[in-house]
Amino acid sequence: MAEEKKVYTRTQGIIPGAVSGFCPGCMHSTVHKLIGEAAEELGKLDKLVRVEGVGCCGLGQFYVTHDETIAAHGRAGAVATGIKRSSPDSLVYTYQGDGDLAAIGLAETMSAANRGENFTVIFVNNGIYGMTGGQMAPTTLIGMKSTTTPGGRDPEKHGYPMHMSEIINQLTAPYYIERVSCDTPQHVIAARKAIKKAFQYQIDGKGYSLVEIVTTCPTNWGLDTLKALDFLRDSMFTEYPLGVFRDEGKKLK
Amino acid sequence: MERNLMIAGFGGQGVMTMGKLLAEATSQATDLNVTFFPSYGAAMRGGTANCYVVISDDLIGAPVSYSLEDLIVMNGPSLHKFIDNLKPGGTLFVNSTIVTDPIERDDIKVIEAPVTQMAIDIKNERALNVIMLGVYVGATDAVPEDVIIKGIEHKFEKKPKLIEPNVEAFKMGLEIGRKQK
Amino acid sequence: MAERVFMKGTEAIAEAAVRAGCRFFAGYPITPQNEIPEYMARRLPEVGGQFVQGESEVASVNMLYGAASTGIRAMSSSSSCGISLYSEGVSYCASARIPMVYVNVQRGGPGIGAIQPAQQDYMQATKASGNGGFRMIVLAPDSVQECVDMVYEAYDLAERDQNPVLVLTDGVMGTMMEPVVLPPMKTDEELAECRAKFMPRAIVGHPLGQQAYCRPGSVGDGQEKANIEAAALYETWDKDIRVEEFMMDDAEIVFAAYGISARISRAVVRELRAQGVKAGMIRPRHIEKPRFQQSQGYNRRRNVYPCTDEMGYRLCYPGQMPCQGSPEIRRISPDKRSGNEGRTGIH
Repeated sequence: MAEEKKVYTRTQGIIPGAVSGFCPGCMHSTVHKLIGEAAEELGKLDKLVRVEGVGCCGLGQFYVTHDETIAAHGRAGAVATGIKRSSPDSLVYTYQGDGDLAAIGLAETMSAANRGENFTVIFVNNGIYGMTGGQMAPTTLIGMKSTTTPGGRDPEKHGYPMHMSEIINQLTAPYYIERVSCDTPQHVIAARKAIKKAFQYQIDGKGYSLVEIVTTCPTNWGLDTLKALDFLRDSMFTEYPLGVFRDEGKKLK
Repeated sequence: MERNLMIAGFGGQGVMTMGKLLAEATSQATDLNVTFFPSYGAAMRGGTANCYVVISDDLIGAPVSYSLEDLIVMNGPSLHKFIDNLKPGGTLFVNSTIVTDPIERDDIKVIEAPVTQMAIDIKNERALNVIMLGVYVGATDAVPEDVIIKGIEHKFEKKPKLIEPNVEAFKMGLEIGRKQK
Repeated sequence: MAERVFMKGTEAIAEAAVRAGCRFFAGYPITPQNEIPEYMARRLPEVGGQFVQGESEVASVNMLYGAASTGIRAMSSSSSCGISLYSEGVSYCASARIPMVYVNVQRGGPGIGAIQPAQQDYMQATKASGNGGFRMIVLAPDSVQECVDMVYEAYDLAERDQNPVLVLTDGVMGTMMEPVVLPPMKTDEELAECRAKFMPRAIVGHPLGQQAYCRPGSVGDGQEKANIEAAALYETWDKDIRVEEFMMDDAEIVFAAYGISARISRAVVRELRAQGVKAGMIRPRHIEKPRFQQSQGYNRRRNVYPCTDEMGYRLCYPGQMPCQGSPEIRRISPDKRSGNEGRTGIH
């Protein structure tokens, strides 16, 4: 009998045996796993600090094994500033959704990025408010229905989708900005690489990094999980193209 | 015994510096209680400036008063604005180079000193405030003169060249104050 | 004895915080407390601390929340309308039981135009500094020296209770200069000892199995448990209540005042005594329990005239005393006011 080889162990960054309570088809659980894996590979799980936003991103508190605090809605950038400045050895990341980061927390997001604060922002963009029941987010696509745009987002009334990676890329201070997704194995691997790279830059004291992860919300999009993936690829990626916006570390090489 | 003073003038006449010098010197050289309270106009520069100094051997109540024992006016607008805040029997110190309007109260003591002109005469134009402080101390003995001299020495610790001319200016004022005591 | 120095209230507050071990400050410009952040911007780098000018009061208080969550001594300051914006972050700190200290240098009005000193935030400070039904110790100094002493002590109280502490001062004390004796600089060892107690729940990263988490507000039974624990803490504060009694032994007319109004009341009491009126004053140094005098029997025994720079009924039970402007006192002493020109004086 051939010898069995263990090829996969779940990251210790997630509570052993924890079962995700996120909706079917949601990518939050994947992202949590990737964060744990990235930090574990860097040997930094014991230094990892999570600053959690409010919304579905705030449910991560039930799954992670590392230190975590909860910021008021939108304030993760400010709270992380306070933590990282007071405890520079910690590996600090914020975990924020689109409503948290791009609407109520826009000032904190932009200002922390503009100061080049040395922490990592994990920004989960699914184009809608999840926890509160499918209201319009700043990232909601034109024509997309939400409970507060029942006729679809109309730019005349509601403005246009905000492209946070592109907006933050206008600032001088940020070190690394990349937009990824988790819809295919390849994209998942790329997302893990991006998170790990951002963590490494933080460890090296390089400053602010943003990893935007474009994801689905089948529940509030009103689609089944497979159709949600189609929508993600056909519509979300068109509005929010994946790619590296800035990588100062690469420039040096 | 509590004694309160208001100093008022244009921004740039050293009004704040004068009050602060008196208060800080008193704090450093005596055991008395003392407060200094600045009051600026809304504009950062120009406009009027005034401050209050209260000196007491007991706990000081309000650092601001509308019933003044002493009032120093360095310009005309300050005279008109604040003269009614002086108690009957209080003392008004007037920069008579600039303030030429008649004093329309006869229940107060008036001490005049042309401090702007005096400062120009001794080629130390910025010293008008120190001269006026001398006049005040000379006329009131609010604090012993040594207290202020020490305060001047302390203030110009890092610019020792300025100590002598300022002490001189202060003493000129002292003499005028004493004569009108 | 340490040397007496002549300092402005705001700068003295900042220096006292640094000496108490404050190593993080975040704040947003607002008059009349600007010298606190300005002083901190110069001073904190000298002691290895961090200063951040926040993009808003909302951001600043949340930076404070983050910094204090790591167990270091941190501070922020603002003035009245800015403090209203602090309520979000203060609620989080109180609910998560994070020890931190913040200062309100009170000014008047809603936040536009009036930069003059005031005492109009009493209700907010003592009853409604944020949502979530929390309370906190509120220290009310009446001199620059007491500003210094209270800021220095505030950290010990905050750490003892694992709860925020507010120092409630005003634009008069913030702006004026007085002689002060500064407390000694806490040593790194002393500060490490303070921080060590908090370390198990400091959000700095822990080995697996020792996760520290900070959950302001909990799901399920957690919130109820947290509420019960907090209520039990608030009950312990009775022992902290400290009241200055000034000429109270035979007083028939009593002024109740805190902060700058207490200074003025003290002067009025002296004037009244000189005229043969048996006046006295009570001044709470802690104002988090506004009904303190009830338990101490002041209201039952005497006529209490509450004196604050707002409408004068805050320190006592409404309806129990002649609280609105008392004409006899205005007549006796029309000139005693705070720096709050044209507003309410003595009631």
